[in-house]
Amino acid sequence: MKPFTKLMGRVLPLDKANVDTDQIIPKQFLKSIRRTGFGDNLFDAWRYLDEGDPAKTPNERRINPDFVLNSPRYQGASILLARENFGCGSSREHAVWALEEYGLRVVLAPSFADIFFSNCFKNGVLPIVLEEGVIDELFRLAAGEGVELMVDLAAQVIRMPTGRTLAFEVDSFRKRCLLEGLDDIGVTLTDADAIREFEQAHRRRAPWLFGQPA
Amino acid sequence: MAGRTLYDKLWDAHLVKQRDDGTALIYIDRHLLHEVTSPQAFEGLRLAGRRPWRVDANIATPDHNVPTVQRSQGLAGITDPIAKIQVETLDDNCREFGILEFAILDPRQGIVHVVGPEQGATLPGMTVVCGDSHTSTHGAFAALAHGIGTSEVEHVLATQCLIQRKARNMRIVADGQLPAGVTAKDLALAIIGRIGTAGGTGYTLEFSGDAVRALSMEGRMTLCNMAIEAGARAGMVAFDEVTLEYVRGRPFAPKGELFEQAALAWRDLVSDADAVFDAEVHIDASALEPQVTWGTSPEMVVGVSGVVPELEAAQSKGQRQGWESAMRYMGLEPGMRITDIGVDRVFIGSCTNSRIEDLRAAADVVRGRKVADSVLQAMVVPGSGPVKQQAEAEGLHEVFLAAGFEWRDPGCSMCLAMNADRLGAGEHCASTSNRNFEGRQGHGGRTHLVSPQMAAAAAVAGHFTDVRALIAAGAGGAA
Ligand code: SF4
Repeated sequence: MKPFTKLMGRVLPLDKANVDTDQIIPKQFLKSIRRTGFGDNLFDAWRYLDEGDPAKTPNERRINPDFVLNSPRYQGASILLARENFGCGSSREHAVWALEEYGLRVVLAPSFADIFFSNCFKNGVLPIVLEEGVIDELFRLAAGEGVELMVDLAAQVIRMPTGRTLAFEVDSFRKRCLLEGLDDIGVTLTDADAIREFEQAHRRRAPWLFGQPA
Repeated sequence: MAGRTLYDKLWDAHLVKQRDDGTALIYIDRHLLHEVTSPQAFEGLRLAGRRPWRVDANIATPDHNVPTVQRSQGLAGITDPIAKIQVETLDDNCREFGILEFAILDPRQGIVHVVGPEQGATLPGMTVVCGDSHTSTHGAFAALAHGIGTSEVEHVLATQCLIQRKARNMRIVADGQLPAGVTAKDLALAIIGRIGTAGGTGYTLEFSGDAVRALSMEGRMTLCNMAIEAGARAGMVAFDEVTLEYVRGRPFAPKGELFEQAALAWRDLVSDADAVFDAEVHIDASALEPQVTWGTSPEMVVGVSGVVPELEAAQSKGQRQGWESAMRYMGLEPGMRITDIGVDRVFIGSCTNSRIEDLRAAADVVRGRKVADSVLQAMVVPGSGPVKQQAEAEGLHEVFLAAGFEWRDPGCSMCLAMNADRLGAGEHCASTSNRNFEGRQGHGGRTHLVSPQMAAAAAVAGHFTDVRALIAAGAGGAA
């Protein structure tokens, strides 16, 4: 996994609540067996005026000029600003792959859906929960002049252009994995003996959980 | 010491290791796989030179991308080349890693959440995961079941464990009994309407109360299936006789002596009387009527006698904006009566409502009636091969076909419209699935979530209507 340490970036404001994973990456793009190739279809139904088709390249599509992602002033943004319950709906990790590939490495929102939230950490994307009031303020800034923020994971702070800092919470295990770009399967396998031991006891307690009919 | 909730018990029984940083390693008993969220996980295993930790814990079946017509052609019947590669990739991966697969031509193939319970591969007391958010369905068996992302699919394959943080406990108590014609689906929608689509975030839900105890396993699965739509990764129902009798005799269930031994252990799969929940919600089941969603989130729901809400009723500016945008998308006005909303297509299927009981209930409404002329298409997609077989043995397919419904082969179908089954732009659909998100059932399509009975009634009437009037009129009675 790509490590995440510090990032200085422009904020892309997406002023909608309950943005679901079907909006982040519509299902017709889930047919791929690869982990890449999703960035061009991030927010597809909002971003283009015509219906998304995996066979079409972005050049063949009709751009929706009213969608914030297409506005010239937010090009190159790497921080997504969103409203509550971001990422609700399906477990598709493709949603995070699409965000990451597009270049969005941080998502700021007042709340996230659980599965999406944990998927982010597996892909070098940092989701940060901020208070509603702070999110409102950031929306005002982003809509006005636009705003650039510095996100420092090690210090767990976001630096505003004014120099003001906002502290944020992050789970210590997930933080370490992100900072070091750790493969968490590798980390878990350092406990292989404990897993084996548990498994043996579990099998004695509940033998019906093991095996398959012939 | 305070008593433990069912969730606490399941958690404790699968805790491999509690780490200092608050995370825990949780052992996984059953891992279900399908074609959409697994290819990248298998690829990851291959690249790292890893093998599955315990092959017999895994079962796979293709469901999202399979066509629901001309099944006898197998893979050759998949006309979309990209979808075909995905289904073939699942076959190849299962072969390479030795994983049991109910492939496209296997009589047991179906929607993964219908297949697991049906085969007895989902058992009480298990931890069950799948790269699909509706894995919460399996919680109906007093199991801890939830959806995971693709990286976690790879993690479970490689380690038989998940890294988790314990969620909080929420109990949802449905008091009284559901009136006739009001189903588990209506209860689920009413709960989501009450607590909102983020109401369960961070919680594991336990559904209890008289109305839940009275539900069949099919109904409990419908209820737990929708837990994720309330924001909860997992929902569950305590073990009882209904659970036991459902499991008995299924292919993967223990047999003979081992079954008795298991049954004894399963009796403990209930929350202790003195267990403490972090949150509790009561809902009066006896006061519910059939529910219909009007918007683009499952929480935008009202009873069938209700209306699309007035914007003034919104609780916040955000909610008002959400409602406005949903009404625009759905082509509805505030104050419009639900029964005035016309229906262009009808979809009876999905992991929420495609089990035999759902099909029987829908067929009872349809029997002796016809799909309204204004309805372009009405289809029934059984959840699995065995459901389809059973329905045909009971002659249900003839009831549907005589009324003008299409009778399809098992799969996810128009629930998410990855295959050819989908809505046209602007079309309204009475759907028994679980998500009414924008574009979910087709670009510009407008989904209304309802129970199978209500979908059947809408097909017959051409608009939403209270199914209870049709039930009262009897087979073929005037709508
Ligand atoms: S039926 Fe629908 S919700 Fe269920 S697994 Fe298939 S696509 Fe997902």
